[in-house]
Amino acid sequence: MIHKLLVFSCLFLSLTIILCMIRAVKGPSAADRLVAINVIGTKTIILISIVSFILKEAYFIDVVLVYALISFVASIFISNFIEKTGGKSQ
Amino acid sequence: MKLILMIIFILGGLFFFSVGTIGILRFPDLLTRVHSAAKCDTLGALLCLAALMVYSGFSFVSFKLLLVMIFLWITNPTATHLISKAAFIKEEKNKKLME
Repeated sequence: MIHKLLVFSCLFLSLTIILCMIRAVKGPSAADRLVAINVIGTKTIILISIVSFILKEAYFIDVVLVYALISFVASIFISNFIEKTGGKSQ
Repeated sequence: MKLILMIIFILGGLFFFSVGTIGILRFPDLLTRVHSAAKCDTLGALLCLAALMVYSGFSFVSFKLLLVMIFLWITNPTATHLISKAAFIKEEKNKKLME
């Protein structure tokens, strides 16, 4: 029962990631794309932690920690870039 | 008991994720999209991680999940705030250039 619930939530999360990807491709400005990518990063964190419980591999949680750190740093840096240059490279 | 608690938490988390995604797709403006993305980032992630913590019980894995949860709750609102602030400042600069 719990296994089925975890697999269902994995499939549902991948569906919402695909829907977010539409906004990341289509988004009119750079900040729209950055928001969509940020949400996709959070969903990937949840997805990896659920997969670690399905496969019963406890060390995937360390991967989740590192992924959260890197995703935060990338998001801060790109927002700083948008503030300086307006999303267009010189 | 554990199963019922876990089902409630994980279905709540998936509900918030789907609502946030619909908001990101359908809202007309950048700031409204940021608003719905922040819901998705904080509450959905918290509920899903809480369900996994209930499933794993009192262990070291559960402690690591708590660490991830605290980190997400500190960093995700910060990132969302910085993105919206950057977009707002850029818009103000454009308005000044137009005048």
